[in-house]
Amino acid sequence: MSVRRFMIPILIGLVLVLALISLSAGKVWVPLSLWFRPDDPLSAIILDLRLPRTLLAIAVGASLGMSGAALQGYTRNPLADPGVLGVSSMAALGAVLTLYLGISLQAVWVLPAAAMVAAILGVILLLGLAGSTSSVVTFILAGVILNSVAGAGVAVALSLAPNPWAVGEIINWMMGSLADRSLTDLQMALPFILAGCGLILTTGRALDALSLGEAGARSLGINMAATRWCLALGVGLATGAGVAVTGVIGFVGLVTPHLLRPLIGARPAGLLLPSAVGGAVIVLAADILVRLIPSVAEVKLGVAMAALGGPFFLALLLSLRRRVA
Amino acid sequence: MRAEQIGVKLGPRQVLSGVSAGFRAGEVTAILGPNGAGKSTLLACLAGLRRPDQGQVWLGDETILSLPPRIRAQRLGFIPQSPEVAWALEVEILVGLGRTPHIGARGLSREDGEAVARAMAAAGIEGLAGRDVTTLSGGERARVLIARALAGEPDWLLADEPLTGLDPGHQLDVAALFRAMAHGQGRGVIVTLHDLSLAARMADRILVLCEGGVASDGPPAQALTSEVLARAYGIEARLTPTEVGLTIEVLGRTA
Repeated sequence: MSVRRFMIPILIGLVLVLALISLSAGKVWVPLSLWFRPDDPLSAIILDLRLPRTLLAIAVGASLGMSGAALQGYTRNPLADPGVLGVSSMAALGAVLTLYLGISLQAVWVLPAAAMVAAILGVILLLGLAGSTSSVVTFILAGVILNSVAGAGVAVALSLAPNPWAVGEIINWMMGSLADRSLTDLQMALPFILAGCGLILTTGRALDALSLGEAGARSLGINMAATRWCLALGVGLATGAGVAVTGVIGFVGLVTPHLLRPLIGARPAGLLLPSAVGGAVIVLAADILVRLIPSVAEVKLGVAMAALGGPFFLALLLSLRRRVA
Repeated sequence: MRAEQIGVKLGPRQVLSGVSAGFRAGEVTAILGPNGAGKSTLLACLAGLRRPDQGQVWLGDETILSLPPRIRAQRLGFIPQSPEVAWALEVEILVGLGRTPHIGARGLSREDGEAVARAMAAAGIEGLAGRDVTTLSGGERARVLIARALAGEPDWLLADEPLTGLDPGHQLDVAALFRAMAHGQGRGVIVTLHDLSLAARMADRILVLCEGGVASDGPPAQALTSEVLARAYGIEARLTPTEVGLTIEVLGRTA
């Protein structure tokens, strides 16, 4: 019980410590004493490069963590997250299409808007394909369908791309990263991430009641249609806005709630906020890690997360199998 | 509570047609019938979870579907058939879910906590409060789920096959729990059952469904006759009244 009460403060403390490290760490280490000297060239690194990067890591990590917790709660399935269920891929497809068509340069909002619309569409398709049965199998199958359709769309865009610039841009996109983002990117994504997370939080009570299955939740007076819409818009906005700025970063939504469940209990609504903070911790830590890996070019964050997440997914699957058997 | 001319079509099949029945508070009513007779469908209609194609369910002088979901959920508790519990929740938290239709914006109040404690005491599961639901035995689990429905303090409690999968001892325990809720606390209890003897033993009234209609309706001794059983289940049976109900000896299939 005591661990539960202190979990959020502990996680927030971790975010703060990691944020400080994130501001200092990289090819050039900036000691704390130089941070507030506007005349020093090193402070430009902090303000223009590392501050947006750090804040974005927190925002995107939080949106992915909370989306994952919400999707796991709704599907009653610990293997669900925006990546596995194809929501992130749909957002990427929306973004890639604007790059392919060359309309992403017309206005700064075109690409994020396309990513969010595609992500919302993805969640609606997901809930629609899974139908009212809400069984684990139909959800995962619907996710497989979305992932492969979105993947095929991106492949088509790549193979038909009008010029090498577009190809390079799309490929760069596909491997999520936080490098070289600006405060403008943050301003673009943050309102939608906050709105999305707010919508997700309104579904908390419904997610709790869904522990008893859909009939159980409805018998407790839960309006399932309203829950679905809040979830679709919330997860779509939060994930879409994040993907729009950073590209696809997988596994955060899958891993975070799973790590927190033994520590703070399995109640789905109780996991939403801790998963947001926990997601921020994981993305911050991973982003610091990719900056510290000595390599010619920086390892992309999305690639690093996939490399770490794959084995984790395997371990999760094995432990689930053991429990079922 | 009153069902009036309920008709339900599932795909091409007319599952229920023109089913009418009244239910009284303070009584246990058992809905019986062969597989596919529409027991669960009727119960879902009574619970307001399914809109019948024809007819209405009345709760007092309002139809069940005209009630706002939250109000309906406050007055009516429902335990689905073989209810799943998705997560490894603690028993106390699971029982607390029964307060969902009552809680305000600030979460569980002290009043909610007291209702949960009362429900757990009524179901005799105080000792399980901190246990993980997934580690419970079938009998403990059934009690926990009943406590969950009781925590909402509904006037009506509807349970779909609550005794399935329990051993005879636990079946009697849970049946006694339902009777106590009806006779002691004045709630209306409606359950669907498969076990005829158990139904005769626990119910004040029995409704037998057959081919989408009501085959018989009344106190156990009147509702369960060898003629009704032959028509509804296609079995030949000998019924002997005993001090606790009826012994029903199934002799074989009807010719």
